[in-house]
This record gives sequence, C-alpha cells and structure tokens, in this order.
Amino acid sequence: MALLEVKDLHTSFYTPAGEVKAVNGVSFNLERGKVLGIVGESGSGKSVTAYSIMQILEKTGKIVSGSVKFDGQELVGIGEEGMKKIRGNKISIIFQDPMTSLNPTYTIGHQLMEAIMLHTPRNKQQAWDRAVEMLRLVNVNEPEKRMKQYPFEFSGGMRQRVMIAMALACEPDILIADEPTTALDVTIQAQILELMQSLQKELGMAIIMITHDLGVVAQLCDEVVVMYAGSICEQGTADEIFYNPRHEYTKGLMRSIPTLESDGQRLRPITGTPIDLLNMPAGCPFAPRCDAAMKICLRERAERMQINDNHQAACWVNVRDARNEEGGEAE
Amino acid sequence: MSQDTLVEVKHLKEYFNINTGLFSSKPLKAVDDVSFAIRRGETLGLVGESGCGKTTVGRTLLHLYKPTDGEIWFDGKQIVTKKDIAEYREKTAMVFQDPYSSLNPRMTVADIIGEPLDVHKMYSNEKERKERILELMGQVGLNSEHANRYAHEFSGGQRQRIGIARALAMKPQFVVCDEPVSALDVSIQAQVINMFDELQEKMGLTYLFIAHDLLVVRHISDRIAVMYLGKMVELADAREIYDHPLHPYTRSLMSAVPLPDPKMARENKRIVLSGDIPSPLNAPSGCPFRTRCPYASDVCAESMPEFKDVGGGHFVACHNLDKV
Repeated sequence: MALLEVKDLHTSFYTPAGEVKAVNGVSFNLERGKVLGIVGESGSGKSVTAYSIMQILEKTGKIVSGSVKFDGQELVGIGEEGMKKIRGNKISIIFQDPMTSLNPTYTIGHQLMEAIMLHTPRNKQQAWDRAVEMLRLVNVNEPEKRMKQYPFEFSGGMRQRVMIAMALACEPDILIADEPTTALDVTIQAQILELMQSLQKELGMAIIMITHDLGVVAQLCDEVVVMYAGSICEQGTADEIFYNPRHEYTKGLMRSIPTLESDGQRLRPITGTPIDLLNMPAGCPFAPRCDAAMKICLRERAERMQINDNHQAACWVNVRDARNEEGGEAE
Repeated sequence: MSQDTLVEVKHLKEYFNINTGLFSSKPLKAVDDVSFAIRRGETLGLVGESGCGKTTVGRTLLHLYKPTDGEIWFDGKQIVTKKDIAEYREKTAMVFQDPYSSLNPRMTVADIIGEPLDVHKMYSNEKERKERILELMGQVGLNSEHANRYAHEFSGGQRQRIGIARALAMKPQFVVCDEPVSALDVSIQAQVINMFDELQEKMGLTYLFIAHDLLVVRHISDRIAVMYLGKMVELADAREIYDHPLHPYTRSLMSAVPLPDPKMARENKRIVLSGDIPSPLNAPSGCPFRTRCPYASDVCAESMPEFKDVGGGHFVACHNLDKV
C-alpha cells in the first residue's frame, strides 16, 4: 500500500464569475521515502492539489469529490479536528515565500517551540532543546543565539531553513514543499536542495516537490507528475519523463527550455496562452495549443494510458500510434 | 575606443546614502568601479545574485540614476551635459521585469505605447501617431484590435510584449532588458526570448540583458558578465564562461544551476558555497568574495584584484587564479 493515495480528486473554487475547476480528477500514489515532483505552469492546479491534501484551501475552495488516503486512512471528510492530528505530525508543508510564512513579531525560537509543543508532549525546556537540535540539523550557525532573534534578522535562505526545521520538527512522514526555492538565488537554492536531499535520506521521509522549474525536478525527484489545467497529463519516473515524454504538452515544455543543444538556435515555444479555467473545452485542455491536435482531441479527453511499467500519459497521439502499429486505421 | 563599440562605461560608481542614525549616513556601494564595453549589435548578459548591483548598473547606464562617478560613452561620445542625456535617452530604452507594475493601469495599450512618441514629439498628426502605434503592436505580435484595452486585460506574456513595444517606440539602438522573462511561465518565456532574438536581427538592436536564470542568459547572450557585491568579477564569451569559468564565484554559480536533465544532474558536482552574501553596507575589504571563497588568502583582504584580460577577451578579477 502506498503511503499516500490520491484518487480522482476534484477541487473547485466558487467565484462570482462561476465555478473554477482548479483540480479536475487528479490521481497519484506516493510511496514511503520517495520524492515526487509535481510540475506545471501557473494555474495548472499543482499548489491547489497540495492544499487539498492538507485541507488548507481558502474559504471559496472546496473538495468536490475524490479521496485522499494517508496510510490507509481516508482524509476527505474527517473534519478539522481529525486534520489537526495529521498536519504537522504526519504531513508537513513549506511554502514558497519564507518572508510571509514566519510571524515577524515573535522570535524564531518562540515559533519553533510553539510548533513542537503543539504536536509533541514536550515541556518548555525539552522543546527548546529540540528546536536547537533542529536548527543545527538544517545548518544554521550558532543556533542558541539564533533562537532569540526575529525573522527580519535572517536572510531569505536562512528563513527557508527555519521553515524546513519547523516542518521537520515532528518527523512527518511526508513533506510537501510548495516552490521552496523559487524566491531564492541559485547558490542559496543549491544549498537548500542539497539540505533537503540529505535530510530526506537521513530521515527517510517522502517529499512532494511542487515546482515549475524542470531543473529542480531533474535534481531531486524519483517520480514526476506533469499537470496542465487541473489534470495530470503525464506521470512517470524522472528518466521516463525527461528522455521519453509521451504527452504533447510535456514535449513542448522540454523544447521550451534553453539547453546546451539549443545554443545559437531559436527555441521552440508552445504557441498560444494557457486556457481559461472558467471556460474549459470539452476535449483535451491542451488541444487548442497543440501542434499535433487531431479532431478527436477537441471532442473528447484521452484516458490515461500505460506506456510502460513506469510511465502513463493521457494523449490521443499515443492511441493513434498504438493503432498504427497494430495496422489499424488512425482516427 | 574601437569602432564597433556602442556603449562603454569606465569606472562607473553608484553610491546610495543610507541613513544609519539621526545624523549619520553611510554610502551603500551598489556599483563600485565597474568598466565594460558593449559592441554594436551584440547581447551582453549580466548575471549575479540579488543585491549584486546588476539592476543598478542597467539603470545608471541609462542615466535613470545619476552616476556617482565614472564615464558613460555612447557611439563614440561621452554623455555629460543635460542635452547629451536627452539625446541619449532618445536612442536608448528599457524593458522592466514586472509586467504588472510597469504599465499604468489607467492608460490604454495605445497610450502606453504612444507615450514615448508624445514625450519626444515624434509625429506631426494624429493619424501618423496611430499608424506608428499599430506598427509597433504588430512588431511584437499584439493584435491591433486590442489597442484600446487596458493592461489588466492581458496575460503576463502579453503585458511584457506591451512593455517591449513601448521600449521600441523611439527606434532605439540600445535596450536594457532588466529580467524581462523572469516573471513568465516556461512556455511563454520561450516565446518572448524568441521575440527578442528576432527584433535584434530585424532592427540591429544592442541589448544589455540582465537576468538571474543562467540557462536563459546563456541562450540569448553573445558575452556574459558576472557581478558580485557591486563589482564585476568576470566577463567572457557566453560559451567560454560556461565551459571554462575562471573566477571561483562564477564556478560555483555555474555549478549551482539545476540542469533540466536527470542524468547530468546526478553527475554534476555542485560547488556549494557556505554562507550568504554579506550586506553591501558592510562589504568585506579587498575582494568582496573572499568571505565565501575556498581559495581566499591574505592578499585578498588587502586589495581588490585588477579586472584584467587573461587572453581572448576573457576578463577576470582574482588574485589566486593559479590556485583555482
């Protein structure tokens, strides 16, 4: 049994302009001790998927249907009290912006100890010791002195370390990282990624890494989920996704990034702009921007198809190719 | 100054006074003694981490900030007097990072693009103005039907196109692009990068391309300059600086880039720097990088190494090149 099973998750936001289906039938499994990357552009629903798992959606958002199982336990519908036992203890989350995730009016030590004492039966002294230990774990120098400082005395990279320390203080089984390095410089990003990698190996936790940066995914992830307009279009091991992409969107994404080979050549961007989630087409959401779109793509969504043991994609092109191989007629 | 140089700065300095107390202030050396030249028709990439002064270089270069010290030369002429600056501004332009805050929400697209034309009185009648605006919109791939809409009605990528059309209105020779694609999604980013390439070919533009995404910079630039804490530490051909970085900072910067390729990422040995960038208010003496440099020696604390050509137009400022 997988540690986390997300099945046919639908999350919508109810806005004055209508229902926005931000997550539209997402399913994936996360195994213990693995790193899963969720990639996609803004508005693809990758963050909303994470917030749905944690049930920290804004008031206008609601899980419409689907199931999220943690270690066999159903989380959808267990209520706020039930979720409080899960959040922080079993599943932790760190956010993109370490500036706004920390309270500016309390010391770092106070905030770390608060989280520790809330989730574990430690007294003040024990919580202090644990907080210092956590800061040391994430390579913060002079942790005793740092405990008494306020967030403004920390740099961006340091703050993100504190967030990681806080998230890991209760040794969760899953860490969800929502664009943890997007606001940071490359050399600091390298430090944080290195830290996450070593902590993951040391503590054996599973990570869901949400990012738009394919470089970060290549660096860190075992398994990759590619999202577009609220749905998963492709899923597989990192090597499969990068070297054998089988959805037209993923292929387009790979061609869009400058690489060593693209030197002196034009990039091959995906044309058009992302679709409006308020006016979703009937067929494949990527069809209006897809160079390989066929008639059926505009009418009907492709089912997820097994490409091989480690790879699934929802694209009619694969269906056509499979039929052609069998010698049948293409659509 | 050689024939094919378009823009050149010599010993450019830009200090901001920061109040440190009621009656005391301290200079923040955002740009400290930077010299470089940009050739006609080339793209010079400028990279570095936040706070290194790359944006300030771009702005000071266009006289948006008055330089504290140093010379700016354009097309063989030094920019000194007010008249020089006014003429210089007609030939130069800037594209900003944030397409959300750099466009006035109360102006239509046509007025935003037309504003430079109004300021410099570049038309004789209303018809001429309108034609020029539509021509500019066409050049950046905007639909002419959208001329009377407001900026908020557009997506990030389209807004950036509006910003570029505005920059091109005066038919500039030189454009400073300050992180023009950082705020955009990958698929849109590629569209805008291609547009920069095409416009350069068509109009013979010269770019200073400021960015922190090293893969993007390498793709678009002919040469790349690296800054650290107000100083330029290395400048070379784009290929050269990626294949043979010399300065220890450039080396760690290049190795820190997450490569979008799992196999290469696994093999890549990152040179992870310890610590953070020091505050520019308390910059270390001598070489600013010495506090994080694995090769630092006594001489690094005493003096700033000279920024010199080590062969083939590869400039670097480091005392310990033989050790690196």
